[in-house]
Amino acid sequence: MTTIYLDNNATTRTAPEVVEAMTPYLTELYGNPSSMHTFGGQVRKKIEDALEQIAALINAEPEEILFTSCGTESDNTALMSAVETFPQKKHLITTRVEHPAVLNFCHYLGRKGFRTTYLPVNALGQIDPVVLDNEADADTVIVSIMSANNETGVIFPVGTVAPRLHERGILFHTDAVQAAGKIPLDVRKIPIDMLSISGHKLHAPKGVGALYVRKGTRFHPYMIGGHQEHSRRAGTENVASIIGLGKAAELARANLTEEIAYLGRLRDRLEQGLLSSCPHARVNGDTANRLPNTTNISFEYIEGEAILLRLNEYGICASSGSACTSGSLEPSHVLRAMGVPYTAVHGSIRFSLSRYNSDRDIDTVLEVMPSIIRDLRELSPFGRDKRVSSGGQTNE
Amino acid sequence: MWDYTDKVKEAFLRPKNVGEIKNADAIGEVGSIVCGDALKLYLRIDRETETILDARFQTFGCASAIASSSALTELIKGKTLDEALSVTNQDIADFLGGLPAQKMHCSVMGREALEAAIANYRGAPLLKTGTERVVCKCFDVTEDKIRRVAMENHLKTVDEITNFTKAGGGCGECKSEIEKILLSIVIQESR
Repeated sequence: MTTIYLDNNATTRTAPEVVEAMTPYLTELYGNPSSMHTFGGQVRKKIEDALEQIAALINAEPEEILFTSCGTESDNTALMSAVETFPQKKHLITTRVEHPAVLNFCHYLGRKGFRTTYLPVNALGQIDPVVLDNEADADTVIVSIMSANNETGVIFPVGTVAPRLHERGILFHTDAVQAAGKIPLDVRKIPIDMLSISGHKLHAPKGVGALYVRKGTRFHPYMIGGHQEHSRRAGTENVASIIGLGKAAELARANLTEEIAYLGRLRDRLEQGLLSSCPHARVNGDTANRLPNTTNISFEYIEGEAILLRLNEYGICASSGSACTSGSLEPSHVLRAMGVPYTAVHGSIRFSLSRYNSDRDIDTVLEVMPSIIRDLRELSPFGRDKRVSSGGQTNE
Repeated sequence: MWDYTDKVKEAFLRPKNVGEIKNADAIGEVGSIVCGDALKLYLRIDRETETILDARFQTFGCASAIASSSALTELIKGKTLDEALSVTNQDIADFLGGLPAQKMHCSVMGREALEAAIANYRGAPLLKTGTERVVCKCFDVTEDKIRRVAMENHLKTVDEITNFTKAGGGCGECKSEIEKILLSIVIQESR
């Protein structure tokens, strides 16, 4: 059975070009970039190339980039650096729908005596910049708002909020883990102070990330030790993965416009097809401001894990915001913050596409999904008064 | 990815006894759409012998919930009500070759639906009276249920209670309350 991988917001296939770029540095070119000899020095040169490739993706300068082990480390570093370098300020602002890498770090700081404001979102999953204006004050050290949400794909108004915060002298960080390589990001146009990137979300391997830190921003390292990365992140560089991330950034940048169009077309075909063939289905999130590769659809009256395991029988990979799949007993904090009714939260499925998907993948999903949904609804005690057992009626 | 046994997968993909029984002699409803799983059990009962002639179910929930419901109906068909009442949540899990620890609450839900249906047959109202003390507000779990499940399954920790009843799995505020209940059971059993 072939795998139909539609879970690219969870992780992506490492691009073959990336693997090829990395291989020499996992084999014969094993030098340490900090060494004095040529054998190590040639590796240092490749890391500098990777810095340039990553910087180019977001229109930054190479010296504004540092490498980390993952998106989580990038997020943690940004927040920790802010509170370390402005010790007199004790207030942070983020949103209710951030990734746990930001959310739980803010909870941690809360236990350390910081105040955190969690901005609410509306039914479309969008924040209100005016609320942010009012919540920020002289005590606010940093505002962290994701560029795009991992569950819904909703794109946040970073371009609107960053200049206002910049004027008020408040640091702004954005978790761009889901956005980098999928939509244009420009730190010269938008005054972002720090921005997080994760390798495995853009066809680089797992275990490598990057953090952009605007020139002139006060910085305090999170990993403390040696002098690597201009003493901003200690630890011997993950050479091969860094080179891989550079290559992945280069590929993303070169093909961005085409990929946005291609993925948008595939995603829309999938979404429209599912909405028209499956009754009682609804899209979650702001469809006007959304990543081109993501759709989050709720199938009411049935549960997400059951849908995923039925899809799994066909080799189709997706994810769900249901409680049963979260590892906790609570369903998605993102959908709950949006006020999505419980009947729909538990039955939410996220499909996230990449350049390696084709029309044939979409055909397969459209072919199998209606009967999966119908079967599970036959099993369910809910919503029976609202539906007839044969499919084909229109959505509410 | 949960580590499900082949029996769980089979019972989930091809569940037995799905559907409703028109004019059923007993109905047991447990769980809710808010909590993420719910089971509605229908029984046809021979009034002379109190034998379960037919059992069917409708379930909203994950693979374990659907598999546990299917297992329950298979376990109780043909049994008398008293025999059926001796079926434990562990019997349901065993029938499926075991469930992941974090999914044991699905087997408990099966056992509860059976109790509710038999109580319904014996004249108890279908809905809960609401007089019992709720310990976990997130998942509406009563002290009585925590005690019963803890004693039946010899549970010793809050995490185990969460795996079997969901109590404590939401905001976590009731965890200290659950600890107290567990302690009182230990004291009770050591007398």
